[in-house]
Amino acid sequence: MFIKLKSLLYDNEVRAIAFQVLAVIVIAYFAYQAFDNMMLNIEQRGIRSGFGFLNDEAGFAVNDNFFLEYSPASTNLQAFYVGIVNTLVVAIAGIFFASIIGLIIGVARLSSNYLIRKMATIYIEVFRNIPILLQILFWYSIALNAFPSPKNSISFFDSIFLNSRGLYLPKPLMESEFYLVIASLVVGIISYIFIKKQSNKKHDETGVVTNTTAYFLGLVLLLPFAVYLVAGAQLEYPVLKGFNFRGGLDLSIEFFALTFALSIYTATYIAEAIRSGIESVDNGQKEAASAMGLTQAQSLRLVVLPQALRVAIPPIINQYLNLTKNSSLAAAVGYTELVTIFSGTVLNVVGQAIEIITLTMLVYLTISLVISLILNIFNKKMQIKGK
Amino acid sequence: MAIYSLKEAKQPPKSQTKAILWLKDNLFSSTLNVLLTFVAIYILYLLLPPILNWTIFDANFDLTADNQSCGREGACWSFVNANLKMFIYGFYPQEELWRVNTMFGLIAALIVLGSIIKNSQYKAHYIIGSFLIYPVVAFFLLYGGLGLEIVETDKWGGLTLTVVVAAVGIVASFPLGILFALGRQSEMRVVKFISVVYIEFIRGVPLITILFMASVVLPLFFSAGMDIDKLLRALIGITLFQTAYIAEVIRGGLQAIPRGQYEAADAAGLSFLQKTMLVILPQALKISIPNIVGSFISLFKDTTLLLIIGLFDMLAIVGAATSNSNWLGRDTEGYVFVAMVIWVILYSMSRYSKRLEVRFSTEHK
Repeated sequence: MFIKLKSLLYDNEVRAIAFQVLAVIVIAYFAYQAFDNMMLNIEQRGIRSGFGFLNDEAGFAVNDNFFLEYSPASTNLQAFYVGIVNTLVVAIAGIFFASIIGLIIGVARLSSNYLIRKMATIYIEVFRNIPILLQILFWYSIALNAFPSPKNSISFFDSIFLNSRGLYLPKPLMESEFYLVIASLVVGIISYIFIKKQSNKKHDETGVVTNTTAYFLGLVLLLPFAVYLVAGAQLEYPVLKGFNFRGGLDLSIEFFALTFALSIYTATYIAEAIRSGIESVDNGQKEAASAMGLTQAQSLRLVVLPQALRVAIPPIINQYLNLTKNSSLAAAVGYTELVTIFSGTVLNVVGQAIEIITLTMLVYLTISLVISLILNIFNKKMQIKGK
Repeated sequence: MAIYSLKEAKQPPKSQTKAILWLKDNLFSSTLNVLLTFVAIYILYLLLPPILNWTIFDANFDLTADNQSCGREGACWSFVNANLKMFIYGFYPQEELWRVNTMFGLIAALIVLGSIIKNSQYKAHYIIGSFLIYPVVAFFLLYGGLGLEIVETDKWGGLTLTVVVAAVGIVASFPLGILFALGRQSEMRVVKFISVVYIEFIRGVPLITILFMASVVLPLFFSAGMDIDKLLRALIGITLFQTAYIAEVIRGGLQAIPRGQYEAADAAGLSFLQKTMLVILPQALKISIPNIVGSFISLFKDTTLLLIIGLFDMLAIVGAATSNSNWLGRDTEGYVFVAMVIWVILYSMSRYSKRLEVRFSTEHK
């Protein structure tokens, strides 16, 4: 009996189970204690609990609102949605510009031109080693000081205005005429893709290359423009009224500074990813490409880049995720995205910290999960087959 | 009969000598290259003059000038000079500054000592001393007690606070990170599950939400009488955050260790603890050192976020200094100064991590 017990004591599996049970008990104990204290504290401080506050009137205005209906009379839930949309808008804008800047800088770092190469290196070393929050605040203060007041706005064609409050663009009036324009754009893109596919097929079968640039210009750019002129769709132009512009699409200076800082900062990481991707392509590949008679551009487009991107895209997608998470720093300049609206203003009014911060975290978690899902799919697709 | 005699070598033509050849190769080798050179020069022409004018040529270097006499066309560096103490020490009482200086001095001494005894037998003592004893000494120096006057943490700020938070984050998250990394690699399902959920949760949310959680929600979890210091709450948040990242870095190191090492340790009859401490971790940590330094670099960057929950790190001091009516509107000078200080620190850290990477790479080339 005793020996049996002793052997149990030294049995790895038994130990593992005992250890895990112990871990669960300890965690459960602390969780219970914390929960108990929390309920007590909430009761003592008279804080409401539950998600009922989401249906209360929000009572505050937001600066930036892109697609949703929102007024101070809207509910907290609607404010929450506005926050999510604004987070996504700034993230997408940041990702767009960061990718372009990053691609340019990444290629420039490998340029044979000394000046370009050095400038790209300096750009990366400078902006990578300054905290993003500092950059956001810096560009915000620069934009506030350097851009003119609304009365002296910089204007482009009397329809786009830039001043220390923000950037004002003409906004399409969403009426039936404008839907026609959008529909024609969609039709144009679909038929262009069809034509491109046809020409690729022809290229595969016969080796004849057809230039599709004219189709692109005609279908994707000219067609919607022609429909716009014919159908008589209208744009709403921003107009200076009193101290500021009214009407049109209005991008606040906070949005401007935040997007700028996020793009500049994240671009340094994207540039490094692209550089290491290109460097990872074996030199023999380039030599083989030129031996086959491909031009420099063809070799880059058909041989080097497809292989470089396989290496570069996973870290780039990670950077997109980082950019999205960093957009939460908008709280420092007051661009009204999720953290500013929800964990800031709504939290101050309602005071239900646990529910509000949990909801905020859940949104970011969802975004992270979606992005890592995309990453996994990409990695599966890109795996070198047949090895 | 012609006899071959060695002719003297000709000088290369002028166009092939050093400077010109270099220019030709690097700047004007092809049409595209010429174009790029001009684009680069044009960009420099656009960027450099305003930057140089503001920081140097139009700037006022008179360190006693006040806000009015400084002028608005260039930087006013006397702002930095006048607020230098605040940038370094925050609101720490004047007569106690020697304590902060001692703390910084001890760090410098430890770094120097570390490079001296790099390979000696006292290495273990050194590591224990700097990671276990030094933090305690530093705490008493900064906070007080044992005969020193107590300085509350809301007086701490500036570079001091940045260093304190970064150091505590590093020291506290390291052992926790190892635990979670081992947990994630463990065969025990429950332990693995807990580790994975923790790591992925923390990595999926922005630091700012964790800091909010720590500063607003955390106090609710403790019984009503316990009043947790604001700085301590932030430190808990930062540590929880950093732990997940360190864990992932160390997991990378653990995965790089060949199976044979585990099997050999098992075959030698080592217990789990012996196997981990004597065989696996020393190798795994060595592999992950460059990435650990990289993770500390991002921690250092992230300390600036403290300003959002109302602590006065170096970046927040800019706001505090310019809200003083004597120095209104000098934010840009402040940001540039803080950016330069942090840049120097981060750049040297990243250089150091690059050097470590080379030193520790055992890959055969």
